[in-house]
Amino acid sequence: MKAVGIILAGGGSDRMKGLTDIRAVAAMPVAGAYRAVDFALSNMANSRINTVAVITQYSSRSLNEHLNAPSWWGFGRKQGGLYLLNPTITPESTNWFRGTADALIQNLDFIKERHEPYVVIASGDGVYKLDFDDVMAKHVESGAQITVVCREKEDTDSERFGVIEVDGENRITAWHEKEEGAAGQYINCGIYMIRRLRLIRLLEECKRRGEYDFVRDVLVKNLEAERIKAYVMDGYWKNIASAQSYFECNMDMLNPALRKCFFYDYPRISTKVDDFPPAKFNDNATVRNSLVAGGTILNGTVENSVLFKKVYVGDGSHVRNCVLLNDVYVGDGVTLENCIVEKKVKIEDGTCVIGDPNNVTVLS
Amino acid sequence: MVKKEMIAMLLAGGQGSRLGVLTQRVAKPAVAFGGKYCIIDFPLSNCVNSDVDTVGVLTQYQPLQLNTHIGIGIPWDLDKQVGGVTILPPYEKSGDSEWYTGTANAIYQNLNFMDSYNPDYVLILSGDHIYKMDYGEMLERHKKSGAEATIAVMPVDWEEAHRYGILVTDDQGKVTEFEEKPANPKSNLASMGIYIFNYQTLRNALTELEHVPGCDFGMHVIPYLFRETGKVYAYEFNGYWKDVGTLTTYWETNMEMTDLVPEFNLYEEFWQIYTSAESHAPAYMGADAQVSHSIIGDGSEIEGKVKRSVLGSNVRVGAGAKVIDSILMNGAVVEEGAVVRKAIVADGARIGKNARLGEGAFEPSRLDAKVYNSDLVVIGAGSVIPEGVTIGKNTAISGITEAEDYPDGALPSGGYILKKEGKR
Repeated sequence: MKAVGIILAGGGSDRMKGLTDIRAVAAMPVAGAYRAVDFALSNMANSRINTVAVITQYSSRSLNEHLNAPSWWGFGRKQGGLYLLNPTITPESTNWFRGTADALIQNLDFIKERHEPYVVIASGDGVYKLDFDDVMAKHVESGAQITVVCREKEDTDSERFGVIEVDGENRITAWHEKEEGAAGQYINCGIYMIRRLRLIRLLEECKRRGEYDFVRDVLVKNLEAERIKAYVMDGYWKNIASAQSYFECNMDMLNPALRKCFFYDYPRISTKVDDFPPAKFNDNATVRNSLVAGGTILNGTVENSVLFKKVYVGDGSHVRNCVLLNDVYVGDGVTLENCIVEKKVKIEDGTCVIGDPNNVTVLS
Repeated sequence: MVKKEMIAMLLAGGQGSRLGVLTQRVAKPAVAFGGKYCIIDFPLSNCVNSDVDTVGVLTQYQPLQLNTHIGIGIPWDLDKQVGGVTILPPYEKSGDSEWYTGTANAIYQNLNFMDSYNPDYVLILSGDHIYKMDYGEMLERHKKSGAEATIAVMPVDWEEAHRYGILVTDDQGKVTEFEEKPANPKSNLASMGIYIFNYQTLRNALTELEHVPGCDFGMHVIPYLFRETGKVYAYEFNGYWKDVGTLTTYWETNMEMTDLVPEFNLYEEFWQIYTSAESHAPAYMGADAQVSHSIIGDGSEIEGKVKRSVLGSNVRVGAGAKVIDSILMNGAVVEEGAVVRKAIVADGARIGKNARLGEGAFEPSRLDAKVYNSDLVVIGAGSVIPEGVTIGKNTAISGITEAEDYPDGALPSGGYILKKEGKR
């Protein structure tokens, strides 16, 4: 593949109800066994992008730990590799990354040292499957200078995403960043393709002007100067931005077609594998419409839920519409509904928490 | 010069013929166990957990799946700059070339491999037992006792002792007598087939015995060293250890894993067992699934009922299907409405819609009464069972079978169907 990948994974979110206190959004566990960043990373690896940099900043320990063995995604070879770019103090700068463009600007030397003609930039919080070969083919065919991966707008999207208007040739003519009721057919998925030398030039201009944000300062300001085109992806795409969207994304994985797409159809989404024994169902376990990861031991009733690794559910407990992260211990006689339970949390015997399905409760 | 204190040689070349069609296309050490593992994962994991980082794996019978599983040893951290895991198949030599004719002969043919690590001690293991054991502790005892060879033994029930190779020892653990399957045993310490030798002693013995046909550790090398040196010691092991060499013990040992608190507990952090796992996805239980007293591997999708069973990775159990008292290995498929009772279904086998396995009453096997002597239905890897057929107890099926292979839509108890081709 003629592109180098850059994954922007440096952010937390204040709408995650504390779930990102201990990890970046890109490190959020998804679908019982994966992390959000696995999707962008696997898509790149599956498109034979050999060199990928993950830019981290916010609460990066968990993410670094997840990425410590690049071979799970097929990196760590003589050709290419997986690079973790953390904020660093240099003689020039003692700043943190002040925005997405600034994060790239502070790593310009990494970008300059590549030999691949293109760069794919993707955020680490998207859950989707995308063939970057196809994005590149369309990029070249359409004569775009920058390609922005988009999808059709849904009703509630305007305030959460960048809304994009295009002309008859899919050239982006207007961009409304998180404006309620904005016009436009598409929303921005936060995935971009651009020639590497052009990216370097645009970033250097930003640097001169003291600008930090990729969408605002590189894309929106250049809608006229550059041919920026939309690539419309179909299929599932969700970004993890709030506790509610995170919850919904996990619940979506109860859909068999989606699991087939992500986890069984080649090429698959990969993740770091842990050595846990298979899930164990004891005599009184009742488990319906739920995902159950390795190392889990179940005694009670579990319905419409996603259970991550090494979860324990005690006797006579009822877990419904819940997401239980790694190492959660649910004692006996517990009732949990519409909850996300943070990893390693112990729920004492007899606890009852019933959340609102439209505004889930986070137990941490 | 490269120097390893102790290296391990893992004998993984046997067919394990008492596992019947389960080992028709794979060597016994590559047979699945416990919903995720292969039998060989236990000795390999024991090695790394015991700081033994150099392991030669001797293969001969049907090695493809075993080779694929082991690869370059990554899951066990056995991909090393110096040492690690090396697959040792038999090879052609100038002059007399032969297959591995016995356990000790196989080791003898790999003296050059062992020499290259210049070890003080060699640990001999076999790839057909389920256990967790610290070989480092055994080595300490070996050194302390001044033994030339140490044999791991475990106490067995006195009534069972006549089935084993029995060692009689003095109070220092020094072996004073061997009894092979004795009618009236003097001791209940059974050999586990795990040995530590001083390397030079072993090297000399193997060279001395090179012309013995089918040279075997238990039959030739140990008696030879006992005679020549008198310094053969027993190391008593009191943990969990199961030989899974027969269909019944294989099935029972798997079933024990589903107990509330299994005697052999894989859920504790200490002494992890590693394996080469293909699937990452969690298991999924459908809206009408009923799963109890079972373990279910990653990536399996269950719509039907599963009770007292061990399911591997990526297994599918369709709606209305029932799986009871059974083992389904990786990738097995049980289609809608099928009933699987007391069966072992090997990797990738497919049970057609509404087929019924394990019906009727026990009949002696018409294939091999030594191998098939229980109620178990045994389905080989990649086999296909057509829709709607009925299969009796104590049966064996291998290969892609079709409706015409089942007169009156049934294979009666004690029967078998062996076809050449399995699905890939």
